[in-house]
Amino acid sequence: MDYLALYVTLKLAVVTTVVLVVLAAPIAYLLAFARFPGKSFVEALIYLPMALPPTVIGFYLIILMGPRGWVGGLWQAATGGSLLFTFLGITVASIIYSLPFAIQPMKAAFSKIDRRLLENAYILGLSRRAAFLRVVLPNSVSGIAAAAVLVFLHSIGAFGVLLMVGGSIPGETKVASIAIYEAVEMMNYTAAGMIALSFLPISYVFLLLINKLNEGARA
Amino acid sequence: MIFAALKKRLKYFDLDVSLSCLPGRMTVMIGPSGGGKTTIIRMLAGLQSPDEGRVVFGDEIWFDSDRGINVKPQKRRLGYVFQDYSLFPHLNLFDNAAFAAVDKKEVDGLFDLFKIDHLKKRKPHMVSGGERQRCAICQALARHPRLLLLDEPFSALDVVTRRGLREEFKSLKGKLACPVIYVTHDINEALFLADEILPVVDGKKDPGWMQRTITREPKEGMTARGAREPRLALVY
Repeated sequence: MDYLALYVTLKLAVVTTVVLVVLAAPIAYLLAFARFPGKSFVEALIYLPMALPPTVIGFYLIILMGPRGWVGGLWQAATGGSLLFTFLGITVASIIYSLPFAIQPMKAAFSKIDRRLLENAYILGLSRRAAFLRVVLPNSVSGIAAAAVLVFLHSIGAFGVLLMVGGSIPGETKVASIAIYEAVEMMNYTAAGMIALSFLPISYVFLLLINKLNEGARA
Repeated sequence: MIFAALKKRLKYFDLDVSLSCLPGRMTVMIGPSGGGKTTIIRMLAGLQSPDEGRVVFGDEIWFDSDRGINVKPQKRRLGYVFQDYSLFPHLNLFDNAAFAAVDKKEVDGLFDLFKIDHLKKRKPHMVSGGERQRCAICQALARHPRLLLLDEPFSALDVVTRRGLREEFKSLKGKLACPVIYVTHDINEALFLADEILPVVDGKKDPGWMQRTITREPKEGMTARGAREPRLALVY
């Protein structure tokens, strides 16, 4: 069994989840509370990865992160290496691919918070940032946890985007879903079945967790 | 003392009111719902800005449209008790009251005074509306406010609880050293608590409003909604 591919998958999912929860929280906060011109356009842009075919996202990421794209070019100038076909590359891809799944539940949780609570926090002397940390976050725990679980599940399932941006380098970019695909291509159904089976309990437990969180949010 | 002259264009009328209140005194704003009372309180707190006017507290200017001054609510150091829902749901009553307390040890004394000492560890949704409002007052007082604003603090409560709290609050008033501005649409409450009454109707001071409401049928042009509410309040 390809433990290495499973390891890369889990590592990728954990890194993506941690980065996205931290990154998405302030963006979701702005989308929930701030008013600024062009907000609906920004919001649609953030949700775009959800609506695009993964191969299309992958294609644009190759263009952007390739040596001639501006992100890839900057990266090459700074480090001398390539972003494509590296773990860092597929991490960036995975973050963009899962961004909507982090933003959406967090924004929903933040929007549910009564504005009077925030006003009371301001009256009591809290800055906007302190109010976010001391009032908004603790009252959105279940929404943030739901976002984390969704992002985790979504990233362990990523295939097309990662294949395009990262290829299939064992130990670096070859994730479990790519390993399954390659095993099936080589008619090695036993190997494919083993990896596939290992996904079942993970996904099932996480789904149970989501249900628990949703119940918690409703109570 | 606090002095405010406020003008703001609202959807259905133009608000134009001035008010003042001395330390240790209570000004009660009364009038029909939708008459601009909450807007006035929010402007004093800095949660909304007047179009024109001044808010002066002692020798500090909190708002001055001519000079472009608008002090943030965070810097005004005041207490604001909302009608309901202002306690933080994730904290127990004690942590709520201690949230911005100058000295957390004082919270115990306040809880004693308001008889919610036994509920310290409870979350807001586990106690009654009256107990929540008691805690909200503790939360506001623990910050040592320089001005206390109360926006219909007891109106979501049942009659008996409301009357009890009203009396407790009146006895507390003597101990407060800051100006208190209190909003209600209940004439009994206003007469019971106020040092000074400011009737506000459609955004303007209307000194005859209370008298008219008590003695006469609603006149034409006066909203029936506004006139009936205190009439009901007089029954009990």
